[in-house]
Amino acid sequence: MNMQASQRLSTLQMAEFAARGCLRLDAVVPESLNQRFLADVGHVPDQNVDSLWNHYGKIMRSSAIPLVNPGTPMDAAYPHDSAVAELLRLPVVRGAIESLLGRAPVVDHHFLHITFPGRLYAAAGQPHVAQHTHQDSTIDPRRAFDVQIMYYPHDVTRDMGGTRFVPGTHLRVVSEAAIARYQNVRGQQHMVCKAGTLLFLHHGIWHGGGRNDSERLRYMFKIRLCPTERQTRLWDTQDLEEKSEPRPIFWNPAPGNQQTIESILMNPEPWFEADTGRLEYINRIQLWRYLTGDEKWDADYWMTRVENEYV
Amino acid sequence: MSNIRQNVLVLYLESSALDSRTIAWSIYEGASNARHDAGDSDEPPYTTGLAALRDGWRLFQASPLQQHSAGDEFRVGYLKYEFLFEKLIDTDQTERTP
Repeated sequence: MNMQASQRLSTLQMAEFAARGCLRLDAVVPESLNQRFLADVGHVPDQNVDSLWNHYGKIMRSSAIPLVNPGTPMDAAYPHDSAVAELLRLPVVRGAIESLLGRAPVVDHHFLHITFPGRLYAAAGQPHVAQHTHQDSTIDPRRAFDVQIMYYPHDVTRDMGGTRFVPGTHLRVVSEAAIARYQNVRGQQHMVCKAGTLLFLHHGIWHGGGRNDSERLRYMFKIRLCPTERQTRLWDTQDLEEKSEPRPIFWNPAPGNQQTIESILMNPEPWFEADTGRLEYINRIQLWRYLTGDEKWDADYWMTRVENEYV
Repeated sequence: MSNIRQNVLVLYLESSALDSRTIAWSIYEGASNARHDAGDSDEPPYTTGLAALRDGWRLFQASPLQQHSAGDEFRVGYLKYEFLFEKLIDTDQTERTP
């Protein structure tokens, strides 16, 4: 990929991704490109769709979304003049990809998710329900991570049931649909966004598609990308040292409002358990060590304390 | 023939204490056709497990505390403090009561 045409993430954006497993880029894809994408995939006016099976079948057979073998280099996966290739070349998109995954990511898979209005599920004899909460793929205990890019080519309103996800769950090692029993989790978010929004998710994020209670079809194109190198210092690291600031812990009545790597990584989510919330901090610190290559880095003494061993 | 049906409430709490804060929740109703979907509410029905008890829910299962395996002490996975509650509903009574 051409490095000069990318806008790498900042240190604080990377810290945010390490802590929460998500990065949202609102309305970064131009409307003309959104329209081209929808035309490429075979979108037709909603009122012309009378069967979800027929519509999905038609789109899978005739859309411009290519068939891509897992492991295909991202730069070779899409025809150069296609809407997806152009989207992936946008400097802000390319910068985020390079910052998280490096210069030569490969495609794991992609999929066009279509969520239909209730009338079409009723006509098909299918339940009109939200997707259970799950983590994609399977048990994955790696420190390295894949990124799933969710692309929303049209406005998504709350009643359209945009992707539901729980920030900060990405470091939990679970087995796919084993978490389906968790209907609601404090802090869960529902994607409501303008056309052309991208959501970058760590592969471990707990998520699910919402129920579409509108009269419109909802499209979301997902690409899962894998790194081919260690994900260390790939972002714009100019301010890496200055953004790290050790601070007093517990006895600290005025921690200050300035955002630092420490303040971001030590910011709890609403669903944190009292004890395992502290393990989340430890896992975030370990991820930051992987991202920076600094195996001694610590925040709020969580790792130093448990590594202080004499044998 | 009995028309007793079970409604189930699952609360995930912040710690093993029943009076600690609810962080996740699910509801399954066997006594009606009401459906509770993933993502259907952003605020829990009860702020603690104790609040559910006081509203008539009967606790029938709580997750045990388990020792952490050596070498795996920092791994996180499933929510740890799961409490299952039930209410038994006589559907004959509910059908007769407006």
